[in-house]
Amino acid sequence: MSQLRVPVSARDHIRGGNDADVTLVEYGDYQCPYCAMANPIVGLMERQYGRALRVVFRHFPMEEVHPLALTAAEAAEYAGDNGVFWEMHDAIYANQPRLGVPLLFAIAGTLKLSQIGLRDSLASFLHAERVRSDFLGGVRSGVNGTPTFFINGVRHDGGFSASELSAALEQQLTVTR
Amino acid sequence: MPTILSPGTTAPDFTLNATPDQKLSLSEFRGRRVILAFYPADWSPVCGDQMSLYNHVLAEFRKKGAELVGISVDGAWCHQAFAHDRNLHFPLLSDFEPKGAVSRAYGAYQDNVGESARALFIVDEQGKIAWSFLSPVGINPGADGILDALDMMPAPETTNVAT
Repeated sequence: MSQLRVPVSARDHIRGGNDADVTLVEYGDYQCPYCAMANPIVGLMERQYGRALRVVFRHFPMEEVHPLALTAAEAAEYAGDNGVFWEMHDAIYANQPRLGVPLLFAIAGTLKLSQIGLRDSLASFLHAERVRSDFLGGVRSGVNGTPTFFINGVRHDGGFSASELSAALEQQLTVTR
Repeated sequence: MPTILSPGTTAPDFTLNATPDQKLSLSEFRGRRVILAFYPADWSPVCGDQMSLYNHVLAEFRKKGAELVGISVDGAWCHQAFAHDRNLHFPLLSDFEPKGAVSRAYGAYQDNVGESARALFIVDEQGKIAWSFLSPVGINPGADGILDALDMMPAPETTNVAT
């Protein structure tokens, strides 16, 4: 049973409150089609469980097979510096078939972010180390592909359909309540 | 499941094709650490993910003083196409003729299907097996076990000696 080795902390991108009963940590890649499929399902879980659930996203870009994944992750981090990580995150997944550098700049524009700032942050690899550290933390926790979910620190080895994810979350909710 | 060679055993030497016209021997790694990743087949979903994952962790393995080679019974041309498709930056060795001989020597061969098992070995600087792990065929063992095992080994000798 693989355990999350890097505890959720203030450096993470977190949606939901610290008082949530269940924490769902996702390791994902912005160019991975399965992650794009999973993203609306995670949203569905958030609506279904409300304050009982908090969601954390960490980067796991497989850039040798997904050449845009790393740049997309760095762009999301840039958005995060400006307080709109999740907006960028959701927009990338919603538009994944068009993923490319122009799309990242277009999303930045829509989110009223400085596109020059985005360009400079990408050109200087400002967030590369942060993304790599997410990736390595994932590797050490037994992430071996994307998306990989951890529910209250334990790797979820089942599927990520709404019913499977929901069943796994329910199980944790009954434990903690 | 097969029984793989255990830590402390001298790693059997081998010479296998790394490309259609280049061979690689285990003995060439003497003085360095090398991870041997036996796997069933190029292109299959789990192996593809496993080799791709290791490709992304390569820098971390090297930082810990270890090189990596993948080994399966696929032919050298098949390996070449697979490595090219996945952008792999480490050698894939072809245990093709006589088929599976090296895998057998490590106890990492599945007779019933004629493929290598999903087995991992770390061979130390002296050519001894320092760690080994056999994963169920359908399960990607990830890289955490390898990294943990490398962390447990004594720090590798470096070329930077303070005097």
